[in-house]
Amino acid sequence: MKPIRGLLIVVAAMAFLSPARADDKVLRWGGDAEGGAPFVEADPNDPLILRGFDVEVAEQIARGLGRRPEFHQVGFADIDQSVQRGDFDIGMSGVEDTPARRRMLAATIPYFEFHEVLTMRAEDRGKFSTLAALRGRRVGTLGGTIAYERLLAAEKSDGVIVVSYDDDVHPYADLRAGRLDAVLLDNIIAVRSMRRVPGLWTEPQPVATGHYIGVLATANTKFRDQINDVLRARMRDGTLERIYRKWGIWDSYQPSFFASVLNADGNAKAAESKGPAQNLDVVLRYIPALLRASLITIALSCAAMGLAVFAGVFIASGRVYGSAPVRALLTIYVEVVRGTPVLLQLFVLYYGLSSVIRLPAFLAALLGLGLNYAAYESEIYRGALEAVPRGQLEAARTLGLSEAQVLRLVRGPQAFRIALAPMTNDFVALLKDSSLVSVITVIELTKQTSIFAANIGSWVIPGILCAALYLVLSLPLSRLAGRLEDRWRAATE
Amino acid sequence: MSILSITNLRLRRGEREILRGVNASVASGELVALMGLSGGGKTTVLRCVAALETFEDGAIDVGGVMLRPGPPPSRPIMRDLRTRVGMVFQLHYLFEHLSVMNNVTLAPVNVAHKLRADAERRAVELLDALGVAHRRNALPRELSGGEAQRVAIARAMAMEPPLLLMDEPTASLDPARRSELGETLVQLTSTGRTLVVTTHDDDFARDFATRVVILAEGEVVEQGDPREVLTNPQHEATKRLLQSARKASQA
Repeated sequence: MKPIRGLLIVVAAMAFLSPARADDKVLRWGGDAEGGAPFVEADPNDPLILRGFDVEVAEQIARGLGRRPEFHQVGFADIDQSVQRGDFDIGMSGVEDTPARRRMLAATIPYFEFHEVLTMRAEDRGKFSTLAALRGRRVGTLGGTIAYERLLAAEKSDGVIVVSYDDDVHPYADLRAGRLDAVLLDNIIAVRSMRRVPGLWTEPQPVATGHYIGVLATANTKFRDQINDVLRARMRDGTLERIYRKWGIWDSYQPSFFASVLNADGNAKAAESKGPAQNLDVVLRYIPALLRASLITIALSCAAMGLAVFAGVFIASGRVYGSAPVRALLTIYVEVVRGTPVLLQLFVLYYGLSSVIRLPAFLAALLGLGLNYAAYESEIYRGALEAVPRGQLEAARTLGLSEAQVLRLVRGPQAFRIALAPMTNDFVALLKDSSLVSVITVIELTKQTSIFAANIGSWVIPGILCAALYLVLSLPLSRLAGRLEDRWRAATE
Repeated sequence: MSILSITNLRLRRGEREILRGVNASVASGELVALMGLSGGGKTTVLRCVAALETFEDGAIDVGGVMLRPGPPPSRPIMRDLRTRVGMVFQLHYLFEHLSVMNNVTLAPVNVAHKLRADAERRAVELLDALGVAHRRNALPRELSGGEAQRVAIARAMAMEPPLLLMDEPTASLDPARRSELGETLVQLTSTGRTLVVTTHDDDFARDFATRVVILAEGEVVEQGDPREVLTNPQHEATKRLLQSARKASQA
């Protein structure tokens, strides 16, 4: 099988074209190359070439339809929404078969059977053979997956602590680092990760079984049926088995799985019900989780702002009063922090430093946001300190106040009044930026919303609820900022 | 006995020579009016005495504390200086964030380490003597210009400096307020204080000052009894000063 050459270039060119473009010469298929081998990955020897068993299955489907495959990069979590709005014809890179997906989209027959397996540190081998043995332990997985749903159930029944990740690499790294006690994920991912991360052991007894499917927009059921025919043919003629063997994922489960799929003709279709199930029940079930996540958002924002104010005052004082080396050092800090993405800073703090110091996720989030905003706060305070009229300082000096007293009793309090309104605005911004910390496994309001949306297959209601919660938090602050601004203006006029 | 003696004070800012060798001496209990056209260096002389400016040459002796050319004086010298000289700015510079009472008690409590109750008792006395005790809880922005000026005087007086510098206290006062201020200042000298006041107002100097010093282009050109100097000016600069003052009062 030849890898598909130059597809990523095509993808780049595609970005300029209408996503709704229909062309019956190509099969546009979407997947996440970040998912990596054996699903979809860039060839290490030539990053412009894609390879993986999903790549080859897609190629087989395209060939069976007399089309040319064309890859579209999409984030794993966005495959469903993206295919529904027509960015590509079929989404398929480790897409799991779930009831929600079948409700929301036109699903193909399953083409691979996988198992959710528990991976732990080698020294814990045999200790955690079931989820029940992990009571009170931290178990990581990829958010929005069957494994995640299974863990949420175990959180209630067995008291495990669920840690959700945006990717399937960091859970295993964190497991090795001791931040987790186990990871529950697809056996394919577990096998791959054990090759990458030494010192891990995977329990052979599966916790749950799942299937990979392709997903299409609901309007495309006819096209889906054609694809199903191709898939069945490739199961019968051994092409899929050859592909799976090539990628080392053929196992003893597949023959009986193939047989059941080929016998159950049309069953999948019958199981489908049309339209999203957004009844009140489902929505109400999520409201406590959203409220809990808002509390995380509030706690994190308040603590981070406290840190930012505290550190900002020191940085600003150092930059106004410090010696030349102190000023230079603080200037470098402020410029580096302001000049690099906070997302990168969070990654470095949580994952980059994990070999030196293993920060808990919430603390890393707090430090990351707090130290980032400290740079911005310090600029506000510096500006405010410099905005205090010189006459005020001279009057204080002629009364005999020392420079420290001038700062503490006159300059500082006056600067604080000037800084209060922009500070409040920054707090509102921080409240919203706190959504970034989901990348380091903290589940706050936005992350909880996206989990909600993935599970019910729609962003409409979760999006409105989430926006309403943010507004409830930020509107009073914005009004406070406005009031403070007015008051200060009146005071200085 | 001289409480302030300025010898050959020179100060330049960039190319501009602002003070070109000022010599002046002030005796204890005097009320000296420092006069001159705008830009003549009056305010700069006050700022040098209060050590808010550094200077290039000369010396200033404030009741035994010596200020010399070069970088700002060391902390102990500064502390000594602050006990000997207070300053009232033309724009008052009351602390915007503090009430009248706290403006007056800030330094006594934090610098002189007085008990707050004692500092407040003294502040009420001072504010009362200046006729603004009823405004003790007001914020600076709520005061009229005249009230703010009297609070600024009380604030400086609260530290009991023997020498008080005042920059243009008459600038924004109407004639009635001006003579009220003059009487207040005369009263202060009668309790042993010494005042150096810059002003444009020759009537004020004539009525209240014990001595007038005329400054022109960075030098002292004439000084003496206000009535004599201002009635019979000897120097060209003094004549010009009086002419411009007359024009201003006619306008």
